Amino acid sequence: MTSPLEQKKIRITGPSVVTANRTWDGAVVYRTADRGWSTALADAAIVGTSDDARALLAEGVADDVGAVGAYIAPVEVKEGGVVKPGNLREHIRSKGLTIDLLPA
Amino acid sequence: MYAYDELDRTLINERVSEFRDQVKRRLSGELTEDEFKILRLQNGVYLQLHAYMFRVAIPYGTLSSKQMRRFAHVARRYDRGYGHFTTRQNIQFNWIKLAELPDALAELADVGIHAMQTSGNNMRNVTSDQWAGVAPGEVEDPRIWSEILRQHTTLHPEFSFLPRKFKIAITASEHDRAAIKIHDIGLRLHKNADGETGFEVLVGGGLGRTPFIAKTIKAFVHGRDILSYVEAILRVYNQYGRRDNIYKARIKILVHELGIEKFAKEVDEEWKLMGDVGLTLDHSAIEEVRSRFSYPAYEKLPHMPDELKQAAADPLFERWRKNSVAPHKVQGYSIVTLSLKPVGGPPGDATADQMDAVADLADKYSFGEIRVGHEQNLALPHVAKRDLPQLWRALDRLGLATPNVNLVTDIIACPGLDYCSLANARSIPIAQELTRRFANHDTADMIGRLHINISGCINACGHHHVGHIGILGVEKNGEEFYQITIGGRADENAQMGVLIGPAVPYAEVADVIEDIVEAYLALRDRPEELFVDTVKRLGVEPFKERVYATR
Amino acid sequence: MPLVKQGRITTDLFVHVADGAELPGDGAILISAARFLEDPEAVLKRAGKTGVIWPNSRAVDDLVPHLDRLAAVALVFPTFRDGRAYSQARLLRERHGYDGELRATGQILRDQFVFMSRAGFDAFEVKKDADAEAFAETMKRYSVFYQPTGDGRITALNRRMQLRHSESAGQ
Repeated sequence: MTSPLEQKKIRITGPSVVTANRTWDGAVVYRTADRGWSTALADAAIVGTSDDARALLAEGVADDVGAVGAYIAPVEVKEGGVVKPGNLREHIRSKGLTIDLLPA
Repeated sequence: MYAYDELDRTLINERVSEFRDQVKRRLSGELTEDEFKILRLQNGVYLQLHAYMFRVAIPYGTLSSKQMRRFAHVARRYDRGYGHFTTRQNIQFNWIKLAELPDALAELADVGIHAMQTSGNNMRNVTSDQWAGVAPGEVEDPRIWSEILRQHTTLHPEFSFLPRKFKIAITASEHDRAAIKIHDIGLRLHKNADGETGFEVLVGGGLGRTPFIAKTIKAFVHGRDILSYVEAILRVYNQYGRRDNIYKARIKILVHELGIEKFAKEVDEEWKLMGDVGLTLDHSAIEEVRSRFSYPAYEKLPHMPDELKQAAADPLFERWRKNSVAPHKVQGYSIVTLSLKPVGGPPGDATADQMDAVADLADKYSFGEIRVGHEQNLALPHVAKRDLPQLWRALDRLGLATPNVNLVTDIIACPGLDYCSLANARSIPIAQELTRRFANHDTADMIGRLHINISGCINACGHHHVGHIGILGVEKNGEEFYQITIGGRADENAQMGVLIGPAVPYAEVADVIEDIVEAYLALRDRPEELFVDTVKRLGVEPFKERVYATR
Repeated sequence: MPLVKQGRITTDLFVHVADGAELPGDGAILISAARFLEDPEAVLKRAGKTGVIWPNSRAVDDLVPHLDRLAAVALVFPTFRDGRAYSQARLLRERHGYDGELRATGQILRDQFVFMSRAGFDAFEVKKDADAEAFAETMKRYSVFYQPTGDGRITALNRRMQLRHSESAGQ
């Protein structure tokens, strides 16, 4: 995983969120506008500039007790403000496994 | 089976208490994630995409039915009802909560199971042949030595913060089922001209982004000296292994950079200087460990019981028997492999219900003992031949009698991008699609032995380099692509596969593999020539042509 | 940074002297390996004890000729993940018979105390106060040890063999 510090150099090219895993149970969480974490991508604070992304990331990284491994992830904002993960990895983190667990 | 005594039990309970304290300190903020990470890794706890993953050791692949039932319990109580058997005789749970981990560990410790050093830069679970102690022609049971090494490497005060992870595997058979040549240290048990037991010691094998086949550092180290010799290797590695670059920190790089002769000389010098530091294993020390292993009270049984003769009329049974049943060193008994590779299923996964059922079958048919192999299948090591038909019917009902052991659908795969935060691409859906393509068992039989190994990134947990066909997931512009290698193998003739050409997109992988297999069927000079031998004879060119001519 | 010795938080009698700084005429000092090796005799003839901070990237062989005149050797853990000094410690204690203070410096956390003590360390510059305070308690975490080291703790195997002998003697 890219360390948050390295990622600070990265400039975002589109709408982004800050995501991490919650410390006590490992669940995927997104940084919210009210300085908390939510398991719902819909609750995530969305940033559009690199400065805002870095600020949101710094805030997320600072909460080392609440969540682990915060980083910036791309999202797509669809019509009506619906937020979708921006790549396959984030899709899997948000929606779960792409596979059937039982033989089919 | 090795039976824990009070000392072993005390140690793993002390480890659970320590980890409970560490988790508590982490959750209270007393430990930062940076500090805690190493501590959790040393207890087998990773952070994956969706959750923490918990890797539990099955030392040298031997499990009791009671331990298997406890896995089922942990899967149900702390996870989502299933577990994943790995290529290094571990089981992984994918959805564990950190706050509950100490309780899960404590429940496992009750039955003599631990997760110590299943991750982290220390000596990992010591692995061995899953047929140890029952394979015909074995020099002796390698698990005695595996257990001696397990104890010696557990919480080692000098070598718990090595430059990188360190894996040891042991075999005692001509045919290497433990893949010792792709381990940091591989040990081949054999006897010298005087009939004394010792080891050929190999060093510096490994996969990942810089794969190497292990080289022999010493042709014979007497059994009594094996701990001091391993200690000498580790001391040289601990001091001189690279710590400036994580990708160059494994012992294979040190061996490669120094050359095996120079490295061997360093180790020999250290070994001589070491002298007698209490590591020499005299006869009574070895016997002390040996005495803690119990073996079944086998019956005197006929080689060909009536039950087996009658069942031979059933072609489905016969297919399974020929595929999944192997000779045992004791007449009248067999080793039965339980395929965890059903058509369309994730390779190596077992549900809690399956685990419980396997435990019951082990009690009924295999003296309560179960084995786990690096191919991600299970085995019942002591099945009376007369019980094979009944066992088969029971396994079939459980979905554990797919007659595909060592065939094209017996795929080794890492968890890939569905679970793993390191992965670039998915592994499991590729495996699932391939098992559907080759679902016809007649076709698979006709193709013969063919190992497909899939890794979702260059770290190579799916051992793609040493698959007869290797599939490696890479990322190109945000899309999943896969590099295909052929001709690799992990056994006593271990070698790395050769890349056949440019990576292919996700949707084309199964077609490409089908093309390669069809090319093989057309090219093999007789039905008995295995895929890997055809590749050896002809090289990659004809396969490359077939795959890329139309793409 | 608290110093733990003989199981207790204690005052550090050694003064760290930087490479460029003048050596005090007396009193216990702790200096770098480079400075010490420039002129060992000059340092050792001072009134006052001498301790050397030995880097983990250099074999201890160069220090060995001076060991019997050193009051302390400090080995370095730049991060707690870097375990080279464990080997150095065992070599100093077990191979070269060093019996002065062996100090662990750098990123020292409570979770390494048992390993360090087993490797021969008897003084610890601990990073966090809470860890230093928890020293005695932490050292009690383990009562079973599989490997023989120079610390004298009996191994599990030896305990088993003793038990076996006493059992067979009692029969």
